Order: sequence, then C-alpha cells, then structure tokens
Amino acid sequence: MEPFITHTGIVAALDRANVDTDQIIPKQFLKRIERTGFGQYLFFDWRFLADGSPNPEFELNQPAARGASILVARRNFGCGSSREHAPWSLADYGFRVVIAPTFADIFFSNCFQNGMLPIRLDEQDVDELLRRAAAAAKAGTNYRLHVDLPAATVSDDAGFSKPFQIDPFRRTCLLEGLDNISLSLKNVADITAWEAGHGLPPVAAAGR
Amino acid sequence: MPAKPRTLLEKIWDDHLVCAPDGDQPMRYIDRHLVHEGTSPQAFEGLRLAGRRIRRPEATFATPDHNVPTTDRRLPIADPISKQQIDTLRNNCREFGVRLFDLGDADQGIVHVIGPELGITQPGMTIVCGDSHTATHGAFGALAFGVGTSEVEHVLATQTLRQSKPRSFEVRVEGALHPGITAKDLVLFLIGKLSTEGGTGYVIEYTGECIRNLGMEERMTVCNMSIEAGARAGMIAPDQKTFDYLRGRDFVPQDFDRAVARWSTLPGDAGAVFDRVEIYNGGDVVPQVTWGTNPAQVVGIDAAIPDPGCFADAADRDSATRAIEYMGLTSGTRIADLALDRVFIGSCTNSRIEDLRAAARVAQGYRVAPTVHAMVVPGSGRVKRQAEQEGLDRIFTAAGFEWREAGCSMCLGMNPDTLSPGQRCASTSNRNFEGRQGKGGRTHLVSPAMAAAAAVQGHFVDIREWQYR
Repeated sequence: MEPFITHTGIVAALDRANVDTDQIIPKQFLKRIERTGFGQYLFFDWRFLADGSPNPEFELNQPAARGASILVARRNFGCGSSREHAPWSLADYGFRVVIAPTFADIFFSNCFQNGMLPIRLDEQDVDELLRRAAAAAKAGTNYRLHVDLPAATVSDDAGFSKPFQIDPFRRTCLLEGLDNISLSLKNVADITAWEAGHGLPPVAAAGR
Repeated sequence: MPAKPRTLLEKIWDDHLVCAPDGDQPMRYIDRHLVHEGTSPQAFEGLRLAGRRIRRPEATFATPDHNVPTTDRRLPIADPISKQQIDTLRNNCREFGVRLFDLGDADQGIVHVIGPELGITQPGMTIVCGDSHTATHGAFGALAFGVGTSEVEHVLATQTLRQSKPRSFEVRVEGALHPGITAKDLVLFLIGKLSTEGGTGYVIEYTGECIRNLGMEERMTVCNMSIEAGARAGMIAPDQKTFDYLRGRDFVPQDFDRAVARWSTLPGDAGAVFDRVEIYNGGDVVPQVTWGTNPAQVVGIDAAIPDPGCFADAADRDSATRAIEYMGLTSGTRIADLALDRVFIGSCTNSRIEDLRAAARVAQGYRVAPTVHAMVVPGSGRVKRQAEQEGLDRIFTAAGFEWREAGCSMCLGMNPDTLSPGQRCASTSNRNFEGRQGKGGRTHLVSPAMAAAAAVQGHFVDIREWQYR
C-alpha cells in the first residue's frame, strides 16, 4: 500500500449529510470482480444524466472541483452497506482524503485499508471549509488544503489550521503503508494458542 | 474480590482476545465467516496473489445471494457479469476448500437467513461477513458485524480481526407491542428515534420485556437493521427461545446440552454498566412507513409527509427537502393516500417463514390491485419449501403475487429485479436510499403485513383495521 504522509490537494465540496455507499458506488457496478477501475462509476447516478453526459448541477462536475483529491462532506458520510467498492471508487477517482464531521464505522475502517485518510473535524470547522470552498468557487478559483499526518493537522494558506484525532495504530499503518495481513501473521503463534485454548483442532501451516 | 460485572458484549469481546502486541490494535478471533459472491472475489484474489490459504476453511461458509436471478433456476444466467461473479465464487470455494451452498443446492439462500437456519450462527460467537446486515446474527447472542473486502481477506488468512473496542449501548424496550404491530415496526420506530447515526461507534444490546417476548425470527429482524441506526452490531442475550430454535439444526455442537450450559453464562451480569442507555415503550409503536431516503425518515401510518421546516437541524432540513423531491412527494400528504406501483416482500430483514405467514394471512382471499406488481421472494430454499408445504405459495399466487426463488433480489436490485424510474414501492427490505431498488425508484419500508395489505389496496393502509378473510 502506498504510504500516506502529507498531502496537498484541491477540495471538492459535497454539501450533503448522510451520503450513503449506494450513492458513492451504485449496485450495478458491484458485479465486477476486480478491485480497480471503479473511479469512472463514482457517484454515478448523481454525476451523470440519463443520456450519460455529466450532470452540470452535480458538485464534482463543477470547474472548482476539477482535479480534486480532498472531499469535504457533511455528517454520517459513507453510511449504509459495507461495500469496499466505495473507498475503491473514491481512491480510483483520485481522492486521498475525506473530511466530514462523522463517518459510518465500516466505511471509516475501509478507507484505511486503501491508503485513504478519513478525517473527522467539528461541524463548525466543516462549515468553515465548505464556506471557503464556496467562496473560492465563486471567485472562479479552487480551494486547496494541506493535510499533515505526522502532525495530524488540516490547514489552508489563509489561516485555517485544525488538529484531528487519529488512532495511533492506524496512523502508523498509513505512514508506513503497512499490509495488515502480513502484520497479523507475525502473531500466528498467538492465534494457534487461542485455538488450542478453545478446543479447536490444530490447522495446517497457514500460508506465509 | 468478585469479578467486575460484564455485559454480553464484554464477555464475547474479552473471550476472543488473541493478543495485544505493543503499539498494535489487539487481535480478536473470528469464529464464523460467511461469504457471498458480491464482496469476496477481490479477497480471494488477494490470497492467491500472496500465496496464502484460508486458515480455517471449516469456519467459512459461502452462498451466492446478492445478484442471483430469482426466476427459473434451470435457465442460464442472462447477465454475463453476474454469471462471472457467481462462477468466481464457485471456483474460489473449490480452490480454497470452502463449503458452498450453491445455486441449485436445496439450502442456498440469503446468507443471513441460512446462517441461523443451518445452525452455523451460535450464541457467544464472533461472526463476520462482507455485508452490513451481518448484525442479524446478533439475535442469537453472537457478536456479528459487517466488514469490507480487505477485512474479509484478513479473516480468511488469519481468522482474526483488529477492531477498536465498540462502546456498549443498551436499547431497552419495555411494555408490549399492540396486536398487528411487528418487529419491523419496532425497529423502524427505534431508528426514527435514534437517527441514522445514533448508534455509530456502538454495539446495541436490545433488552427489556418487549424484546424478550419476541420470537427468534422477530429478533433477527430487529438486529438486522441495527446498522441503519449506524450501530456496528445489534445483539440480544440468548435464552430458552434461542436454544429451542437451534436444537437439532445441522451445524450445532454435537453435545448440545453442554453448549447450552456454556451459552447460558453469556447474558450480561447484574450490575453490568453500558456506556449509553435509552429506554422506549413497545406500546408507543404504530405501523411504520418510511417517507424519505434514509430509514430514519419514518412516520406512523396515521401521519403525513412532514414539512422539512419542522426539523430543527439544518442538515436534517436539507436531507428532508432532497428526500421529498426525490420521492416525488408533497408535505402534508397522508401516508395512506400514497398509491403504489410495486410491492416487494423479501430481503434478509423480512423473508423468513413467519414473515411469509404474516403476509399470506393478509393476502388470503384477496387480489393484488390491478395497478400493482407484487412479488414474494423467500429468503432461502428451506423457507421456500416450508412455505410451499404450508400452501402459502398458493395463497400468494392466487392473489396475484409472483412467487420467486431465494435471493436478495429487489432489496438492492443487483439482479434483474429492479424498480423503473419513478416507480413507488412498498418494500419489506432495509434501505430506502436513492436508487437502492433501481435508479429513480422510490422505496417505502414497511412490515410484511403492511406490504401485503398495500399490494391488495394499491395504497398504504393501516394493518390494524384489516379485514382478514
């Protein structure tokens, strides 16, 4: 997994609450058996009109959001299904950071598995980011944020700077781009001991 | 010194600790892993690329459910991408030695229906599946939750997960449900109170007289929708009903009485403390109908579409405005005046035999309204056979409902069962998100009895006033 240390990028403002995973990646695209190539389907039903052309009303289709890699949305982002296709499609589209006041648990956890950083900021800070992004769009420009994972801060060039909380283990995994499975398999003796202690028959050596 | 009293969740959580390496999140053992075709292909591929095997194939059970056709199973699957996904599951199960309840197997069905009915689901277990409705299995006093595909792969390879400790949330429901009020109405009522994110970060344990009086299938309906309140899982302490349900099922322990003795120690200790407690009364619940595009946007059958202005919070107002527009509704319209195009009875929330019995009791002697297309999709092959033995299929087909094969079907419309744009549907499923049942489709979540009654009348009706024939 690609390590995440710092990231500077353009903000796409999605001023909506309860954005569910069915919107992030509609079910018709879940039949694919690959892990890649989902970016083209991100927010499909919102992003495209019935004739397949881009919906000019949709937030990600605005000129200010072109090339965006940081998504800012309102609370309970990623609610609904456990489909990891949601972070896959966001990452494949080019997002590396999602900022919202709150996230649904499974989506939040799925992001970390894909080198993507979900950041919880207070509601009023998200308000402020959405205001600044809207002001930049109105002025015909885009709005950029800088995310520093070692320092755990989000900042812009105009005085906004806020710390965020992150679980130390998850931070380490992102910083070092660690593969969770390799890490866990180091503890295979503990797994075997737990199984023996719970009356399970031994297993053959479990992969590498 | 006496041990600190523990909740059901704490007992399971503590018992499954494998190790807590320095600086790492502790690893917990996963007892059962349920797999379906939709979220597993990439996990198996990951194993293959890394040259790994499944640590405990015998703890892993698979079935295709999400995108399977519910029409004649003897016909080939028309959609080549669906077929490829189902073939991939079959090949992966063969290669990695996983027990598969395949299409055509008598026990195929929705993964959350077959787990309990085969006795794979047991009290005190940790159970995961790449599906958010895994909370269903919490009805047996298991800790069951949905995970993403990377975690599916992690469990396949290690039989463990690293998860931060959830907070505990007691949702106590006192009193009794009125006649005609179902577990579905109860859970929709609770989600309406808790909001779609009220349970985020928590595992809910449902307690209280009203919950204890629910049967096992009703308990599954309640736990199933815990995720719709944002909770990682929902659970109910095991009791005699749990043990009676499980006895004699295919995969339960051979020494069942010994297992019961062990399971009997699981309920929370007297004096155990939850991080949060909310108390409701079952007597306050009326038949529920969702009007919006998330399950917390719900009212009683006797209410009207709300005015977004009545929500205090700006984001709620905005959500309600968008939802009313998407749903093609007008504030002030009575729920009972909403005309329907489609009715779907099925899904991991409401496709078990008691759900079908409840719907059939309503449909008996009636005809589906000529303006409505209605279908019943049993949750599993076993449920289907049981219903057919009881003659429920004949009641449904005589009334004009379609009687289908088992699968997730129009709950998420991955298979050909979908709504057309603008169609309004009374659905016994669990999500009314935009486009969930088909792009542009409009979903109202209800109980099986309410759905059946709506099919007959062509609009919503109060099931408490139904004239049974």
